[in-house]
Amino acid sequence: MLSAILLYNQKGEVLISRIYRDGLRRSISDLFRIQVISNTDVRSPVLTLGTTTFCHVKHENIYIVAVSRQNADVALIFEFLYKIVALGRAYFGKLDEEAIKNNFTLIYELLDEVMDFGYPQNTETDTLKMYIMTEGVRSEIRAEESRKITMQATGAMSWRRDDIKYRRNEVFVDVFEDVNLLMSATGTVLRADVAGQIILRAFLSGMPECKFGLNDRLLIDQPDDGNSKSKRAAKAAAGSVTLEDCQFHQCVRLGRFDADRTISFIPPDGEFELMKYRATENINLPFTVHVLVNEIGRTKVEYQVAVKATFGAKLFATNVVLKIPTPLNTASVTTHVTQGKAKYEPSENAINWKISRFTGGSEYVFSGEAELLSSMTKHKTWSRPPVAMQFSLMMFTSSGLLVRYLKVFEKSNYSSVKWVRYVVRAGSYEIRF
Amino acid sequence: MSDAKFFAKGKAAELRLELTSDKKDKNYVRRKTALKRIVANMTMNNNEMIQLFPDVLDCIKLDSLEIKKMCFLYLINYCRLKPDLANKALPVLLDDLRDRSPLIRALSLRTVSCIPLPAFNEALVDPLGRLLRDPDPYVRKTAAFGVAKLWASDAPLVEKSGLIEGVNQLLVDSNPTVVSAGLAALTDITDKSEGMKLAIGYQDASKLVQILGDCNEWSQTYILSALMAYTPQDPAEALLMAERLSPRLQHSNASVVLGTIRVILYLTHYISDDSAIQGLVKRFGPPLVTLLSKPHEIQYVALRNCFLILQQYPQILQNDIKVFFCKYNDPIYIKVTKLEIIFLLASEDNIKEILRELREYASEIDVQFVRKAVRAIGKLAIKINTAARDCIDTLLDLVATRVSYIVQEATVVIKNIFRKYPNKYESIISVLCKNLDSLDEPEAKAAMVWIIGQYADRIENSDELLDEFLFTFKEETIEVQLALLTATVKLFIQRPAKGQELVLQVLKWSTEETDNPDLRDRGYMYWRLLSSASGNADITRQVVMSEKPAISVESDKLDVRTLEELSLNIGSLSSIYLKPVSQIFKGTKARHLEQSPALRRSDSNFESPGFYPNYTAANYFSTNGGDLLSE
Repeated sequence: MLSAILLYNQKGEVLISRIYRDGLRRSISDLFRIQVISNTDVRSPVLTLGTTTFCHVKHENIYIVAVSRQNADVALIFEFLYKIVALGRAYFGKLDEEAIKNNFTLIYELLDEVMDFGYPQNTETDTLKMYIMTEGVRSEIRAEESRKITMQATGAMSWRRDDIKYRRNEVFVDVFEDVNLLMSATGTVLRADVAGQIILRAFLSGMPECKFGLNDRLLIDQPDDGNSKSKRAAKAAAGSVTLEDCQFHQCVRLGRFDADRTISFIPPDGEFELMKYRATENINLPFTVHVLVNEIGRTKVEYQVAVKATFGAKLFATNVVLKIPTPLNTASVTTHVTQGKAKYEPSENAINWKISRFTGGSEYVFSGEAELLSSMTKHKTWSRPPVAMQFSLMMFTSSGLLVRYLKVFEKSNYSSVKWVRYVVRAGSYEIRF
Repeated sequence: MSDAKFFAKGKAAELRLELTSDKKDKNYVRRKTALKRIVANMTMNNNEMIQLFPDVLDCIKLDSLEIKKMCFLYLINYCRLKPDLANKALPVLLDDLRDRSPLIRALSLRTVSCIPLPAFNEALVDPLGRLLRDPDPYVRKTAAFGVAKLWASDAPLVEKSGLIEGVNQLLVDSNPTVVSAGLAALTDITDKSEGMKLAIGYQDASKLVQILGDCNEWSQTYILSALMAYTPQDPAEALLMAERLSPRLQHSNASVVLGTIRVILYLTHYISDDSAIQGLVKRFGPPLVTLLSKPHEIQYVALRNCFLILQQYPQILQNDIKVFFCKYNDPIYIKVTKLEIIFLLASEDNIKEILRELREYASEIDVQFVRKAVRAIGKLAIKINTAARDCIDTLLDLVATRVSYIVQEATVVIKNIFRKYPNKYESIISVLCKNLDSLDEPEAKAAMVWIIGQYADRIENSDELLDEFLFTFKEETIEVQLALLTATVKLFIQRPAKGQELVLQVLKWSTEETDNPDLRDRGYMYWRLLSSASGNADITRQVVMSEKPAISVESDKLDVRTLEELSLNIGSLSSIYLKPVSQIFKGTKARHLEQSPALRRSDSNFESPGFYPNYTAANYFSTNGGDLLSE
């Protein structure tokens, strides 16, 4: 398993160094700095030198690094590194150099608790916050109290305390969908899919037993015969959605789901990701984009971009941005838009066309020209990166998914209020030209 | 809250004063501050801090958990450098092992077991035996890891103490977290031990699967690793176990998903019903694709393992090839692996779509990626016969860009296409000949020289072209020199009048003016052949222009044995490098399939891999991204 966790700032200075296993030299931190941080062409997040392996993720302005000296479970390593990021967020709002320096003793305490001998232990914020606290609230913990904590940390339900009380019992359900599109220059959809996540913010007393229902028909285990496509289309018409796959938070009873497709669980307190899903059939694309780009000789590029909202007129999308790439040797740009603002960003080699409010059904057009410098050096072909689009749209799902019900049962039999919200965002929404 | 200021270089003398001064120190604020500065300096590798060893140890006795934790951290860091002084901390720590609070007992246990000094090791044996039976599960779990730590530090001490037996008892503990900790400890020990081996029977394995649902995500991964020590004795038993594990594929933790796949793939070796196996592996597809919406690094791990699994079961994602199309902003390591998967899944049905996609990649910025895309196009021509024409058209389209590295890469693959389909696509030679100037890499030059030699009778000015290459003969790498030698001989055989002068010159260079034995030997061989068989040119022709062994892209595939070993290591570092564990981590035990009546192993699985005489078709894709350094 892991031998050490190291945290660096961008300059390569060590901010935290926690060694879990014998056999590492203290100079090990220099090795990573030289090989990765000072290296301008890092081509992998995993680097093995001799028998020592460094796995790293970059987050904000820091490097989080795991060191291992055996054939370790690399999936576990990266999941754990991202868990450290999540813990940092839960404790300090965000995990950056400043937060680490300001809380380094607490981080050492956390690292001692969440990992033993290189094996991840309980990493649930809810439990950890019971006994590892930011300064000021810390008091010495009594023995009885600590027994409760240890039960929690090793219990079957390590993610929830049993003494939670709310005056108002509420659950907020957020369905976020990232719609991914890759469209070819000729307008054919090369790839369209939805990566969805359902975030719950549960403010419920006691030990609530929850049941969650969607309008889904899971694809798994269905015989894949010739006419399954038409069946799925029929289902979509009948108001159900076909999810390619789901993955659940650890609180969900996977055995139950496997047996009868019910999503049942006792939620952690507060915010957590209940499930992730993926859909690839009958994707509703909220926007269609047509791009025309003409390279005129070596000195000019002409653009014509039309974007149309396909959703109903009652809805509107916000933060709509189209990033239209320009060649590296662009000298000046002229633009004309029917809505919003277009601005050339030389540092990004792109024109950003922003439309703050995009009403359903409407269509807007961008036209422009980029004048190019005719450089003396050898003419390098322009790689023509795709036009990339961003947006966010409320009360719409690209997969067609709907939350049917969320039932909460608790022995005190309280009633609870549930709220549901749907948001579709652009994941990687790209149009080649 | 601005502890950041402590990250300034501190002086030992000054800090000692802070720790030892007998001025009033309410709630130990002053000493806490000093210790924080010491910990910060320790992190910055300020070696002056070692001098403070006795002063820091004195603080352990203070009644403050916060101070204690900092002292322990200091102790773990520097104990090796001051073993005698460190021993002084032992009584306090041992005392804490009997504290009323389970948190303190565990904290102290974690600390003592982290200190690999003989005195600490010996002092820990007895308390550890007791703590393995502690009423509190949190302490028992910590004790399990404690035994593993102690074993790593002093194996004989542990083996004669009966502590391993104590950990074994934890496997029937009522608390699932404790069970999984016990398993993790035993797995850790037996992975390195010469004499000990972990073996789990059906009943126990069955119980482990049952408690999976009651464990946190990490504990689940420990149980999944341990399940590899279960050897099914009966095919039905193995199938049942696999069926019961499959719901874990829906877990959100990638390590749980890949661990489940690892165990199920392992179990398939013991299942006799082929359709049941197909049913099981078919369930891997969707969860693997879902992992592609996780952060990039986890996507990368998922992709490497997809590539590994698809080698054996390409059908599970055959229809999902689009999910492997690169996004413009994917990091390079993801793009390269996706490209390898796309190549693997290419078939007659999807080749048109794939070629369009690869053509797109060939116009990207990253040179290495572009090269790989071009190579893949060429290799597809060899892999899929019916697509050869389309692939060649795409390559010619790319050659027309006249970008040097694209032309060179295309030249290399086109040579292989000629090898695979002799006398079929020679019409494109003229296009290649237009781009001779842009060739400056040995591999591309050698490929072009081979083409000229092979088709010397069809290329009008083949002698002039060769002559141009020969101009720099002595500066070329051995690869190019050998190619030039052979090509010149071929020219002479096919067009004696035009080649005579050149061949004499080259043979002279190769035999008299070179230090390289390979070149010299080959030179002499040709010389002998040409001079002795002067009356019998047919024999020379037969030797030099003989039919080439067929080439295929199958040689890229991992051989059966490596594949089997890798599939037992899914999710591990070796799956990133796609190399046998022993090649990367020396001294690691190789995993293999245990004998059992249920084990299916037909000898046909282990035929020696075919003979691939071609030396350039193999290894187009370096499997490790060039990062692997061997010791």
